[in-house]
Amino acid sequence: MNFIPVILWTDALIFLLVAVGIASAWWIRWRPHLLLPWQRVAKSGVGMVSLLVLSLFLLVGLLDTLHYRAALPEKSNGETVYSPEVLSAFDALVSGLRNRTEKTYSAPLSAFLYAKESIEMPGGKTLRDYPRLKYGGAHLADPERELAGDVVKRAGLGALCGLLIAVVLAAVVGWIERSVSTRKVDGGYAALYPPYTLAFAGMARTARALLITVLLLAALVGAVASLAGAYHVLGTDKVGQDVLYLSLKSIRTGLVIGTVTTLVMLPFALLLGVAAGYFRGWVDDVIQYLYTVLSSIPSVLLIAAAVLMMQVVIEMHAGWFETAAARADVRLLCLCLILGVTSWTGLCRLLRGETLKLREMEYIQAAQAFGVSSLRIITRHIAPNVMHIVLISVVMDFSALVLAEAVLSYVGVGVDPTTISFGTMINAARLEMGRDPIVWWALAAAFSFMLVLVLAANLFADAVRDAFDPRLKGAG
Amino acid sequence: MIAYLVRRILYAIPILIGVNLLTFALFFVVNTPDDMARMQLGIKRVTPEAIEKWKQQHGYDKPLLFNAAANNAGKLTNTIFFEKSASMFAFDFGYSDDGRSIGREIAARMMPSLAVALPTFFVGLLVYLTFALLMTLFRATALDVAGVALCVVLMSVSGLFYIIGGQFLASKLWHWVPISGYAGGADSLKFVLWPVLIGVAGGVGSSSRWYRTIFLEEIGKDYVRTARAKGLSELRVLFRHVLKNAMIPILTGVVVVIPLLFMGSLLTESFFGIPGLGRYIAGLILTDISYTMVDPRVRLQ
Repeated sequence: MNFIPVILWTDALIFLLVAVGIASAWWIRWRPHLLLPWQRVAKSGVGMVSLLVLSLFLLVGLLDTLHYRAALPEKSNGETVYSPEVLSAFDALVSGLRNRTEKTYSAPLSAFLYAKESIEMPGGKTLRDYPRLKYGGAHLADPERELAGDVVKRAGLGALCGLLIAVVLAAVVGWIERSVSTRKVDGGYAALYPPYTLAFAGMARTARALLITVLLLAALVGAVASLAGAYHVLGTDKVGQDVLYLSLKSIRTGLVIGTVTTLVMLPFALLLGVAAGYFRGWVDDVIQYLYTVLSSIPSVLLIAAAVLMMQVVIEMHAGWFETAAARADVRLLCLCLILGVTSWTGLCRLLRGETLKLREMEYIQAAQAFGVSSLRIITRHIAPNVMHIVLISVVMDFSALVLAEAVLSYVGVGVDPTTISFGTMINAARLEMGRDPIVWWALAAAFSFMLVLVLAANLFADAVRDAFDPRLKGAG
Repeated sequence: MIAYLVRRILYAIPILIGVNLLTFALFFVVNTPDDMARMQLGIKRVTPEAIEKWKQQHGYDKPLLFNAAANNAGKLTNTIFFEKSASMFAFDFGYSDDGRSIGREIAARMMPSLAVALPTFFVGLLVYLTFALLMTLFRATALDVAGVALCVVLMSVSGLFYIIGGQFLASKLWHWVPISGYAGGADSLKFVLWPVLIGVAGGVGSSSRWYRTIFLEEIGKDYVRTARAKGLSELRVLFRHVLKNAMIPILTGVVVVIPLLFMGSLLTESFFGIPGLGRYIAGLILTDISYTMVDPRVRLQ
């Protein structure tokens, strides 16, 4: 074996999340009353399109979560030695992007470096000019004339290939769907059939929107992939790293912050919120006191203080971590924990309010009269009825957390400086706005990737809220 | 009203104590003063004497909570907790490492901070309400849909982008306003103008969309139908009836926005070089008072 798998803390949590996601999907699939709101989501064109975009991000993030350490060629005492550098499956997939580093800045799709340098001419003379890039457009003999044509040719070819693959895939999916839906009957008898046929029937309406998105995305990915082989599509940064690679790597950090934080805060918020609302009295007072104290400290200050303290702990115990990546990862996890501690109060307040309302309902009072234990009432009767609030606030919080990461890293209390994230990218790029001509590409890339991710998350959150919020029932 | 205020303020005391304890625990229990000293002096080659000296200089050479060596009341007062944390209740914040009184610093930084934060807050509220009312007026038309779409896009853009982009446009490209800095008095206008506008722009998306939802919820209620049945114009219904009733949930939401405002102003101040503080507002108390102005049902007892 020439590599050893590495499971970092956040990796483990992400795997846990994926497992929970698959398990709950399986659980929901056989329960029509739980499946119903999801079918409403499936009917929403905007919701499905944004889900598609999100899953593309998710795919990159998940690939980037499979970490490993490659074996070094030399061996010591017959034992294989592994490289201290922790890589991921995604790194291996785009190793070209990762390894083709230039000397310093270069503009997107350029064949020349950003700064002038002394170039030695064959005759021994030196000339001050923009040197050619080592990799970007290196195959061109005369970039000034050929560059535009070559870019168009490669992009067009790539887009065509992407489209072709997408069309073939769509045809296969369509064929499978048709063979499944030959059993289709009219709506009145639909309830007799397993739920997934219903889901398919609903999806047919949004199929066109989905198909168009798939084709567009395939063309875009194809074009970018084809160009990335010979150019730096989004330019390079100060140390010559490809900005496209950095942007893609940032996705995982954003996803981790957005999801693991939720995973951390959910038990607190759910347990304390429901307990406060159900038991009232001193339990309620204590829990209210707890979240009022936490939410009256400005969250940035609390996060900053906690992160600084955590930094001291990590610095003092450098021996805990085998690799630099493990250390950066623990810092990322700690940031998630801290964000979780500061962000559970909002959901807790909502759940407390809802539980206060629920506990006065007849069915709860009936359960109490029958002598059902409090624990059973909470788990069987209250928890399932507040789940829609939890779900809505989880999907809503995701985008806020992704945006918060950038701000925190920018302020200097975010992720480890060696972790690639949107925040560290922006932080590194903002000083370059003062240069002439300005270096805009790193900043633009970070902001546009973030915009697409957050926009998709927001739109999906809207679709979920419309489907799950009982107040909106019948409206959509 | 006064009794109510007194009660609210008394209620704030245990919360302040909690905040104090929490910050104390965060700074002194997670890392011992020894660790802090080692960090400050550099990890390697640091002698125990140097650590002792650093702790003495900064007043960290006492026990954390209980001083067994001292006599009587000194057992409790001659400790880090009493000197550094408990004294804050007497508005004695001590001195920062460069020897300046922290209390005086806070007082001096309050003004510039408020000069940015208050206009942002009020202009913002006005703009968001106007935008939301316009969308409500044109509800279920293409204009409304476009407005909501614009809001969703605006709220998906990172707050950093508004600041960096706005600063670049106004200062570098158009040379409208100074890029950063602050001056007191009438001069402050030209320093404050752009941060305020950017602050307002940053909140348009989420706030307007949310207010629109509240307006739409109100507009389906019976009293609105009654008002229309009486023959009131749509504008009058919106401004006289819907706006007034929608202000209750909107003001509730302002509590939630206050921490975000703080975060925003922290960033704005650092970007625009405004010597401010960021800001604290005892959020809960302030919103309770503002409720009573719009909602006669909230009786203060």
